[in-house]
Amino acid sequence: MDAVTHFFQSIPVDLLIIQTVNGVVTGMILALVASGLTLILGILDVVNFAHGELFMLGAYVGVLVLTATGSFWMALVLSALIVALLGAAIQIVTLRPLVGRDPLNTILTTFGISLILQNYALWQFGPVARKISEPITSHFNLFYLTYPWYRILIAVLSAAIIGGFWLFLKYGKYGVWIRATTQDRVMAQAMGIPVPMVHTAVFAIGAAMAAASGVLFAPLVGVSHTMGLDWVLKAFIVVVVGGMGNLGGSIAAAIFISLLEAYAAIWVDPSQAVIVSFVVLILTLLFRPTGLFAPTPK
Amino acid sequence: MPLKTKLGHSAGFWIGFCVVMALLIVAPLVLPEYWRRFLTEILIWGLLAMSSDILIGYTGMVSFGHSAFFGLGMYGAAAALLIISPPNLWLAILFGLGGAAGAALFVAYFSTRLRDIYFAITTLIFSQIFYVIIFTWTEVTGGENGLIFSRPHFTIPFLYDTRFSTATLYWFVLAVVGGSYVLLRRIMQSPFGMVLQSIRENEARTRAIGYPVERYKIVAVMLSGLFAGLAGVLYAVQNQFAAAEFVFFTTSGDTVIFNVMGGIGTLVGPIVGAGFFQLIRELLPRIFGDQFPYLIPLGVIFIVMIIFLPQGLLGFARRWLNR
Repeated sequence: MDAVTHFFQSIPVDLLIIQTVNGVVTGMILALVASGLTLILGILDVVNFAHGELFMLGAYVGVLVLTATGSFWMALVLSALIVALLGAAIQIVTLRPLVGRDPLNTILTTFGISLILQNYALWQFGPVARKISEPITSHFNLFYLTYPWYRILIAVLSAAIIGGFWLFLKYGKYGVWIRATTQDRVMAQAMGIPVPMVHTAVFAIGAAMAAASGVLFAPLVGVSHTMGLDWVLKAFIVVVVGGMGNLGGSIAAAIFISLLEAYAAIWVDPSQAVIVSFVVLILTLLFRPTGLFAPTPK
Repeated sequence: MPLKTKLGHSAGFWIGFCVVMALLIVAPLVLPEYWRRFLTEILIWGLLAMSSDILIGYTGMVSFGHSAFFGLGMYGAAAALLIISPPNLWLAILFGLGGAAGAALFVAYFSTRLRDIYFAITTLIFSQIFYVIIFTWTEVTGGENGLIFSRPHFTIPFLYDTRFSTATLYWFVLAVVGGSYVLLRRIMQSPFGMVLQSIRENEARTRAIGYPVERYKIVAVMLSGLFAGLAGVLYAVQNQFAAAEFVFFTTSGDTVIFNVMGGIGTLVGPIVGAGFFQLIRELLPRIFGDQFPYLIPLGVIFIVMIIFLPQGLLGFARRWLNR
């Protein structure tokens, strides 16, 4: 009995609350990355291995625009636009010729693209990580920490981007086109929807979301050519745990996994806390292979 | 008549095999030291690529987890070479195979329930689990620095004991890789191999015929993992170190690239692909300077080959010869 009360007293409540806030913030960014991945997977049937590299390139373009113009918000918008164009070009050149072939070909192709982009970044920008400063430097007090407002802003902005995108899918004319293409590619084509164009646009939107999250996250971790690797892995886990191609599930899974990792980081080294998300993935695959947050298939 | 053509085909194959082997056996006598080592590495990467082709080419499961098997083979060998003195080559192989088998059992049990993309992602995540464990468990694995050990002697118990030279090490590796090739070819032509290929062609139908598909897949992953582990042991013996970076999933990615470049669904193809990849990686920086990002042209070649040359170099050569 004594041991139990001791255990409960030893739980660091303040630390838990701090880690909850941290978890939600990283969760929202992860959700933004993963929703781009989910979109591309759900609509194009393409597992985009290069998504982490688009995230990384977005951060680098953000750095360049920021040094040129000095405005963080300009960097955010321009980087999303530029990477969207790049994404469209990549889709047209490498993925369009593979339509109708075994989907495994697209995995290999996007893996090749990630190899190219990553080494291009290394070659162009060098191995030293770039710093990017936060656009908002004010803090507020959270227990013994001064917590930056910027982190809260990231979570809100990510939610706004995802929310805006969701509204577009639901009510926008082109959003309806995208949903129609997902449901029945052939019929959508027959109804006059330019399906190849929709595919290119979807890839571009996914790339733009990756780039935006790259710029938003850059002030927290620094910009380097390998920053995409960890994120794409985590985003894959999120996509599988959330149920492949399911937007709401991906968001829920992103926050769930980030929270678990944040709590685990209280007791173990953060580099080992990654294992928590791996374990979640394994358990999910064992007991609910369709994803934790997807509606059960009939 | 069909019997005769089959015999003729098989004879032609063995003649070709013997010619290539003879050339490879003679090679170190004419090659300088550096290229001897280079050729040894190509053979080792070729073995790794060949092992992953059991899954990719024959069973139709793209594995991004071969770095785990390769790496655990490496660390298994390292464990034997560091713990047991005097270091023994055969024990290193045994330990390495044990490590790879353990990893393969773990990966196989979970990932074979899944198909296509799911399988690829799960194997990738599993290799990352092993990577994180190896990278952070510094007391045992050396973490970032890896493990360094000395090369064992080549021994036949009670009969023979000699130090490896680069040439004899090459011949040893060639013998292992050549033997593995013959063995794998035999396995892939056996009824077991045929079932794997039928899983690739039509999994549902294979199941309907009555084959326990999951069990076959688990055995395929185990088999593939064992040979990948063997490649890891050879690499450890060749370079006298084990490093965490080989467990990182980029090694698996390279392996997949070897397969696609050489030609999936053939056992020779992956070896050709490994040779092609390593040769480009070696030659481009020599021509354009050390700073040259050779992976960019390699990636471009890779993508162009997926789109225009899905059969790989070997398939292309075969078609070209038939014309």
